Amino acid sequence: MDVSFILIILLFGAVATYFVGDKWASKAALIFSTCAFAATLYVIYRYNMGEKVSYLQTWMSRPRIVIGLQADGMSLLMLLLTTALTPIIVLTSFGNLFPKSRSFYALILFMAFAMAGTFLAVDGLLYYIFWELSLIPIYFIALIWGSGEAERRKKDVVKFFIYTFAGSLFMLVAFIYLYTKTGSFLNLHLYNAKLTDTEQLWIFLGFFLAYAIKIPIIPFHTWQANVYQKAPAAGTMLLSGIMLKMALYSIIRWQLPIAPKAAHDYKYIFIALCVAGVIYGSILALKQTNLKKLLAYSSLAHVGLIAAGAYTLTIDGLRGAFVQMIAHGFVVVGLFYAAEIISRRYKTEEIAEMGGIRIQSAKFASMFMILVMASVALPGTFNFIGEFELLYSLAQANIWLAVLGGTTIILGAFYMLRMFQQVMLGDKGTKVFKDVTFGEGFTFVLIIAVLLFFGLYPRPITDFVTPSLQKVLVYINQIN
Amino acid sequence: MDTNLALLLLLAPLAGFLLNIFIGKKLSGNVSGILGSVAVAVSFAVTLKFFLQVNGGGEPINVNLFKWMTLANFDVNFAFQLDQLSLLWLMFVTGIGTLIHIYSISYMHGDENIHKYFGYLNLFVFFMITLVMGSNLLIMFIGWEGVGLCSYLLIGFWYKNHDFNDAAKKAFIMNRIGDLGFLIGIFIIGYLFHSVDYIDIKNAITSGNLDIDMTWLGIATLCLFIGACGKSAQIPLYTWLPDAMAGPTPVSALIHAATMVTAGIFMITRLNFLFDLTPDVQNIIAIVGAFTSLIAASIGLAQNDIKKVLAYSTVSQLGLMFLALGLGAYHVAVFHVITHAFFKACLFLGSGSVIHAMHGEQDMRYMGGLRKVMGVTFITFLISTLAISGLPPFSGFFSKDEILMTAFHHNKVLWVVGSIASIMTAFYMFRLLYLTFYKDFRGTEEQKKHLHESPSLITFPLIVLAILALVGGAISLPGHSWLNEYLSPILTNHIEHHELGTTAYMLMGIAIIGALIGIGIAYFKYIKQGFVPGKDEEITGFSKVLYNKFYVDEIYTAIIVKPIYALGAFFKNVTEVAFSGFIFGLGRLANALSTQGKVIQNGSIGFYLLVFVLGICSIIAYIFLK
Repeated sequence: MDVSFILIILLFGAVATYFVGDKWASKAALIFSTCAFAATLYVIYRYNMGEKVSYLQTWMSRPRIVIGLQADGMSLLMLLLTTALTPIIVLTSFGNLFPKSRSFYALILFMAFAMAGTFLAVDGLLYYIFWELSLIPIYFIALIWGSGEAERRKKDVVKFFIYTFAGSLFMLVAFIYLYTKTGSFLNLHLYNAKLTDTEQLWIFLGFFLAYAIKIPIIPFHTWQANVYQKAPAAGTMLLSGIMLKMALYSIIRWQLPIAPKAAHDYKYIFIALCVAGVIYGSILALKQTNLKKLLAYSSLAHVGLIAAGAYTLTIDGLRGAFVQMIAHGFVVVGLFYAAEIISRRYKTEEIAEMGGIRIQSAKFASMFMILVMASVALPGTFNFIGEFELLYSLAQANIWLAVLGGTTIILGAFYMLRMFQQVMLGDKGTKVFKDVTFGEGFTFVLIIAVLLFFGLYPRPITDFVTPSLQKVLVYINQIN
Repeated sequence: MDTNLALLLLLAPLAGFLLNIFIGKKLSGNVSGILGSVAVAVSFAVTLKFFLQVNGGGEPINVNLFKWMTLANFDVNFAFQLDQLSLLWLMFVTGIGTLIHIYSISYMHGDENIHKYFGYLNLFVFFMITLVMGSNLLIMFIGWEGVGLCSYLLIGFWYKNHDFNDAAKKAFIMNRIGDLGFLIGIFIIGYLFHSVDYIDIKNAITSGNLDIDMTWLGIATLCLFIGACGKSAQIPLYTWLPDAMAGPTPVSALIHAATMVTAGIFMITRLNFLFDLTPDVQNIIAIVGAFTSLIAASIGLAQNDIKKVLAYSTVSQLGLMFLALGLGAYHVAVFHVITHAFFKACLFLGSGSVIHAMHGEQDMRYMGGLRKVMGVTFITFLISTLAISGLPPFSGFFSKDEILMTAFHHNKVLWVVGSIASIMTAFYMFRLLYLTFYKDFRGTEEQKKHLHESPSLITFPLIVLAILALVGGAISLPGHSWLNEYLSPILTNHIEHHELGTTAYMLMGIAIIGALIGIGIAYFKYIKQGFVPGKDEEITGFSKVLYNKFYVDEIYTAIIVKPIYALGAFFKNVTEVAFSGFIFGLGRLANALSTQGKVIQNGSIGFYLLVFVLGICSIIAYIFLK
């Protein structure tokens, strides 16, 4: 069994979910996504045993396009993140009674398929196809099942679509240019493309636009908060938990090793931009009155730090980026789920209209508190490992970058605790908050268990990804 | 065997926390309390065993569990060490911890969330043990932030009240400012020494061929000191501690007086070999400590809330400890940490007993005459007040005297500052004592009827702590110090011995006279003249400035918090609009430039797909046909 099997499960699952009908769609989606997760674990087990789990098949010879799915520590880890979060995201939607739910759940699985493909693709064009393919399901999910006034929502979602699509075109141009130089789309060939400094800079910038919009990095983030707020919770989770990691992953997989000279030459500019995003996002989060928007800006700050770490071109930065991608993926899904549970019960997303929840549901308050603490990277949570490595990598670049990036631990505590106080604490108001159901509690427990376990014992993940990172780092440091 | 016992010492409070959180609700309050107390008592028993073992010449115990993190320059192990310093700290953390748990059974009786209270308190002890027991800086950091979390949870324990929640939040955020300093310090040290293990760093330094950049080392120790300032409430990060009094009083006693706030002193003592190499930073520490001591003591002169007085007194005493640290007299600082833990815990628990009797009233203006009804509380409070005021033979006299004596030998200005702070301490502590326990009762008739001595679960810890406050000085008597002997393996620099000559006796005399002057003024004003502080609006002049804590909170709000919010508003209303407008403008431009643009804006997804597929095809075709 190789990695292509997982893609097949997800794709088949999407089709099957659509055909089992509205009533059973959610269960079917849960079963298929869980199967994909189990299959991923098995593939990783085989990979660790030293068996071959990659899949390479020439699709066409001219132009040379390869159906290549590459399994190494990096891609398998991201595949694991995708297939682990998908069943959780499906679970979080169980409480919603969506119209046309078979399409909804089929699109979730289809999205997981496209994202998994993006992480695995070894061929640039295939990668690009998966990359763009993932945009289609999220577009529909946000458009059809989103919240708020339909016209306004349509405007925001279309803006998001065009914006990210346009950014990706620059990446496509970069790929085509690379093909004309090397006659191949395979990433290993591209790593050895022998580009001049100017070529590298333009290629680097082409990739950067695509990634900066997707992650997003300021000032390319303006689509984010509105879409996160208006998309249904599952859509927001897919976007923030997995999809934006496609871009972070691609920085390390494609951008840096293909244009290493540019990465080294302009390193400080890009780190500084990302660190500026950390502070910018944190301060904006303080001013948000809408819970989901607050979380969106907090996410902007956190992913800015991840990107900054990747651009330091150090092993600590790359490893920290991977650790934090996983940790952030789980915590952000948990936080948006909490926000969703509150808005389902209180029928509002406005922070000012909340409060008095802890007194009504201590269980929910405790679980939310743990997620908040993970989000502010309290030691003992997985997020601390990531943030520590990222900040340490920044310190190696320049100590002031670490200080500036480190303000996230202060500002993060500021806006998260302020939010927690306004949303959860205080005396009981007039609104009724029903205690969490078993399903909701179970979902939280899964997320929290991951965050705490790897916070204490991160080595299964760090040891798994480090050898691949060292390999890619060789290319990144290959500057003539 | 030792490994298992050490893990038991660490994990017993964690087990207590888990039990109380998960099944505590089904238990009655007393069972929760007993569970919590036993969990900590187990840790104390194990600590005692190891303490006797190491004190008797046994080797320190090391426990290495697993490799936690790997970084380019250094590895971090999940490892613990029980040596002289950590065991000494654990002795009073778990010992006083046990007493305060017992006290809480009665104090928190009837609270609807009592199981959570004991859960959090257990969790605090667990993190405090982690902090102290860790064998490297990152394990310390786990405990360091963990106790901060528990402090947050316990300050805001009565979460219905938003003032309490604000205090909790403030404590956490201010601590995090310090924590960032701590983290940066760890980064630099890891980078310089290729390790964050205490033993490795110490070996690198004592091996003699140390080749590191001293400027960077200075920055590192300064950053670590910033961390210590946050946790141990020193200028400029001290304002959270008085607000932290919003928590239940036993919490103030345990966390905000006896244990957590001494973490900064622990850290610097732990790394004494690093700080010894950076004398400039040591000077900063001494100056910050001395002035914190003075500022906090002066604010304490004018407070009317019984717990606020004690809180400022804690800040002030911590300042004295930092003064000693800055002078390189780590053993003296540790000595004062211990005696302070005894008498300050006793004072806080005593104030809790008073508040309990007064049904929640904390304002001393409405107390008075309580010694008639609360005999045990009064006697224990008196003993501790004498101890903090620095009168012999009480424990505080010995430790404070050593700090001042050390200061005298290094720098006369610091000695004067420390001495003035001590005189103020004697004054405001006796002011507190007189206002609370002497003269006639000034509360309502209703309160007067219900005044009572607290039950024995409350008075028992008071008695134990008062005895310790009385005799605790014996661990380090001038000329014959068990403590200095005990700590000598930990401290790299030799311990200065001050001869018990004329200077020493003269300094002692000055200290005693100073304390008596402070007490005398308090006696004259509050007993002889029977003065009672007026209502808030009647306070004028410099008293008003003191009563309002030099307006430091207001200043911080004006120069830090408000600008951040203003910046947030600017970002939200100006830059966000501009960024978004810019992108939208690009879209408009494209729209205007081509009719295709208009078609794309129609939002038809089928069309997008078509364009997408066509695009891909044409690209492939282009390459294919080229």
